[in-house]
Amino acid sequence: MEFSVNSPVLFVFVAVILLFVVAQCVFFLLRAWKRALALGLDKRKLWRVVRSSAIFTIVPAISIFIGVIALSKKLGLPLPWLRLSVIGAITYETPAAEAAAKGVGTSIGDTATLLTAPQYSAIAWVMTLGIMAGVILTPLICKKLLTGVDKFKKRDTKWGEILMSALFMGMISAFLGMIFGDVHEGLSGWIPVFVMLCSAAIMLVLAVFIKLLKQKWLEDYALPISMVGAMALAIPITNAVNAVVGGLV
Amino acid sequence: MKRVMTYEESTHMWGKIWVWGIGTLLLMFPLAICIVFDAWPPITGLLKGLWAILPMYWAVGTIEVLTYVPMLGAGGSYLGFITGSLTMLKVPCAVNAFDKADVKAGTEEGEAVATIAIAVSSMVTLAIILVGVLLITPLTPILDSPVLEPAFDQLLPALFGGLGVALIAKNVKLAIVPIASMLILFIAVPQLASSGAMFVPVAAAISILAARFMYKRGWL
Repeated sequence: MEFSVNSPVLFVFVAVILLFVVAQCVFFLLRAWKRALALGLDKRKLWRVVRSSAIFTIVPAISIFIGVIALSKKLGLPLPWLRLSVIGAITYETPAAEAAAKGVGTSIGDTATLLTAPQYSAIAWVMTLGIMAGVILTPLICKKLLTGVDKFKKRDTKWGEILMSALFMGMISAFLGMIFGDVHEGLSGWIPVFVMLCSAAIMLVLAVFIKLLKQKWLEDYALPISMVGAMALAIPITNAVNAVVGGLV
Repeated sequence: MKRVMTYEESTHMWGKIWVWGIGTLLLMFPLAICIVFDAWPPITGLLKGLWAILPMYWAVGTIEVLTYVPMLGAGGSYLGFITGSLTMLKVPCAVNAFDKADVKAGTEEGEAVATIAIAVSSMVTLAIILVGVLLITPLTPILDSPVLEPAFDQLLPALFGGLGVALIAKNVKLAIVPIASMLILFIAVPQLASSGAMFVPVAAAISILAARFMYKRGWL
């Protein structure tokens, strides 16, 4: 068959794989829903989880799609569509595609030259094998890991709860720290920090509305509003910082 | 008499079947390219590409499994490690869901809620990407415009600012030591920020040790 990065047969392969992923989501959703009801959780609370999860997902999903657009210029649509829909993340897939492209003597940025079939095949293998760690490891160690954590928590319930909170705090600390990673570059390196502070400030304002002014309905939207608000503010912040930095040069 | 499997046991059994099943399907994609187009990858090019990313990606993947599995529970993990985007989407989504359902991570209720949140989030993501793929021609000039670029470049700071406030407000004492340590680390050695995900277990260890110290002294 003649090769093209947008060959219809590639779309069919991707669609089949994604149908299985949707089936897995539905399967686990139904099991968890029944389980939650059996554990005595209120149906209204579960619908709240569904609603807030769906709303929260919209903006990050759009940014994932922007990753698909960026990669599709060189790789066509099917491969980025698959890689960013299953396991992948923008932060992994773009460097993986670039490393693979370099390995076969091209670059993702070089959109003027078409990929040959062997080059495309090499890139697809590298991008697929690169993200297999979680797929192989999770089923191997998930049960042991959870049993271990559970035993540990049962010895001291209060400490078990604190341990979980500390684990989340560790994760958030690492990512908050990373946001400061560019501050040595000068004012432009502070843009992520300013955006983070805007997001935090919006969240605090929303907390005032929710707690003090009793606007409970805002609870489901607080995280998406703080995120979208800060992203919108990132545009004037970046323009202002660039203008100041440009003026200094 | 045959023993009936508990919910947890059957979750692990189904999790293995689904994750390894879809993992195998994923490997079929590049294999199908090789067979259908008779396009076998050049070995040296393939090895160069793999060498450039495999050690780092597998290390990060292992760390993600060790860190996120206790947070998400069995169902959430088996789903999250297939649908991906854990840091920027699935884990924050689960944290948000714990709050909405008033449950705690690491409990049976938390496991069910995290699974529901991740399943919904995954399906919404798949739907949005599908719509985007179908409408790529009219959408590209809008989403790919330089005007919006700074907004999407700052997705993670915009996410972690709000999420950070929500988490820190509940655990101010627990937050001080790990946040201070990570700020000092990344400001003092900025080149580490590019491999920041590797520092999640370091931050988690610091956070847990500090929590243990405070707990033993009755400060929590």
